[in-house]
Amino acid sequence: MRFDYPAFDYIPPPGLTEREPRHQVAIIGAGPIGLAMAVDLATRGIPSVVLDDNNVVSVGSRAICWAKRTLEIFDRLGVGERMLEKGVTWQVGRVFHGDDQIYDFDLLPETGHKYPAFINLQQYYVEQYLVERAREFPDLIDLRFRNKVVGHQDFDDYINLTVETPDGEYEIETTYTLACDGAPSPTRRRMGLPFTGQDFDENFLIVDIEMETSPFATKLAERWFWFEPTFHKGQSALLHKQPDNIYRIDLQLGPDADVTAELAEDRVLPRIRAVVGDTPFKIDWKSIYRFRCARLENFVHNRMIFVGDSAHVVSPFGARGGNGGIQDVDNLGWKLAAVLNGASPALIDSYNTERVQAADENILNSARTTNFMTPKSATEAMFRNEVLCLARTHEFARRLINAGRLSLPCALDSPLSTPGKAPVPPGAAMIDAPHDGGWLLEAVQGDFTLLSVGSARRADHADLRCVHTSDKTAVARYGDGMTYLLRPDGHVAAVFRDPTPADIASAQKRATGEMP
Amino acid sequence: MTAPTPSIYSDRIYEALMATHTGLSDAESAALNARLVLLLANEVADPDRLTELFVQARAAADG
Repeated sequence: MRFDYPAFDYIPPPGLTEREPRHQVAIIGAGPIGLAMAVDLATRGIPSVVLDDNNVVSVGSRAICWAKRTLEIFDRLGVGERMLEKGVTWQVGRVFHGDDQIYDFDLLPETGHKYPAFINLQQYYVEQYLVERAREFPDLIDLRFRNKVVGHQDFDDYINLTVETPDGEYEIETTYTLACDGAPSPTRRRMGLPFTGQDFDENFLIVDIEMETSPFATKLAERWFWFEPTFHKGQSALLHKQPDNIYRIDLQLGPDADVTAELAEDRVLPRIRAVVGDTPFKIDWKSIYRFRCARLENFVHNRMIFVGDSAHVVSPFGARGGNGGIQDVDNLGWKLAAVLNGASPALIDSYNTERVQAADENILNSARTTNFMTPKSATEAMFRNEVLCLARTHEFARRLINAGRLSLPCALDSPLSTPGKAPVPPGAAMIDAPHDGGWLLEAVQGDFTLLSVGSARRADHADLRCVHTSDKTAVARYGDGMTYLLRPDGHVAAVFRDPTPADIASAQKRATGEMP
Repeated sequence: MTAPTPSIYSDRIYEALMATHTGLSDAESAALNARLVLLLANEVADPDRLTELFVQARAAADG
């Protein structure tokens, strides 16, 4: 069953006929990042106007792999459970070299977490769920489709945006503007900002096919990755399952591929048949992409803030694009809300520091994957093949195989952290655990929270949400007797044993950008 | 410089390494060496120490 792309209504904005009052936040782009940003701000009572040049969700599956931490953030935003229900949780992974399976692994999830390591779900579903969620905040989120930002001017204490609609242009003033306009970011180009990094001379064909018959032996969804399969000589291939009997196939085409010719149906069909055999299928979407790793030097330019792909791009193996972007949102939402409510603007600078660090980590990992998948010399190819050869018999060599490392949240080396030692150290993201018949992530995310663990004195603080856990899984993960100060994005700000109110106040001040 | 004292193992190790390559073509030997480097690196298991060794091995190539 194919996705039915609904068109969102264009409603002539008030700015066409009268000057609009200044908006606190304008968001350019209604992709997953822009929409998540609007929802995050709305949960904190901050209104925003979302401007998108289009009026449908993204065409094609695009980002499909949503990692555990991202799902936990989406849980806070109110769409996580829906994504989990619809998404495909795959368990079995198989790695092939040529036609031989080198090894398989079962990604049985560790118990005691609300969300699995990751799910596969097409980007259009995520956007649809986020649009529906955004519409639950009619007083706070103003969604404007077919409203294309064509110019902007920074007046230091506000930004003026010029917006084009089917009925003509209008202007709005905003206190902050968030550029969530994706990898080609017209905002970034308009500002002439360098977007530097590493380009990889390698083309990949991605095709979504609809297929009733599963290629897998059992009902479980699997992930198959081939190095140098005989059906696609000398290259690599990936097969992944998505909901609705849609399968994603990625085929490496080499550096010299003719992009236009390769996208022609008569070239694509035989390549897909080579993978799935005689099973009937229909092509749902196809695209060719090149790997690129790049980022802006700074994500914050006065009142213009870049979030997601507009700020950084990585190669897709490893699922660090969409997942990295949602973690940007998680990091910026509470800080921007606090600054709009009077907190130190240093908090916004810390968004830059922390997410640049995370982007560099994602770029490093994805460049390593790309280098493993596309050896640049005969010697590199030899080492790669001997790793694959050893992997059949040696566990350690399997760990060297790099067809994408799972996206894990960055452990932030942050000016907002108070140094300390604990099982979940300052800067790290919270780890989920059972809690009170539900989950810890449901109890601690969204606001500053004081979490006391096991035999620690029960957290008690007038200005903070206080949570105590005695669950044995939580105690094992967080350490008996520890007390944690968690930030609204679930990252650890400080760790204590027997903190005084002054210790906590000092750590909180630091975490809100008020102390060096 | 005094003559180095061979460890009781040196000669055995060298002999065994040569024997490992007996009868292989240059390409097969190169592939075997690659596997061997991977195995030995896994035994050392210390990225800093290995990087020092990589630098020493590379030095001769750079002259």
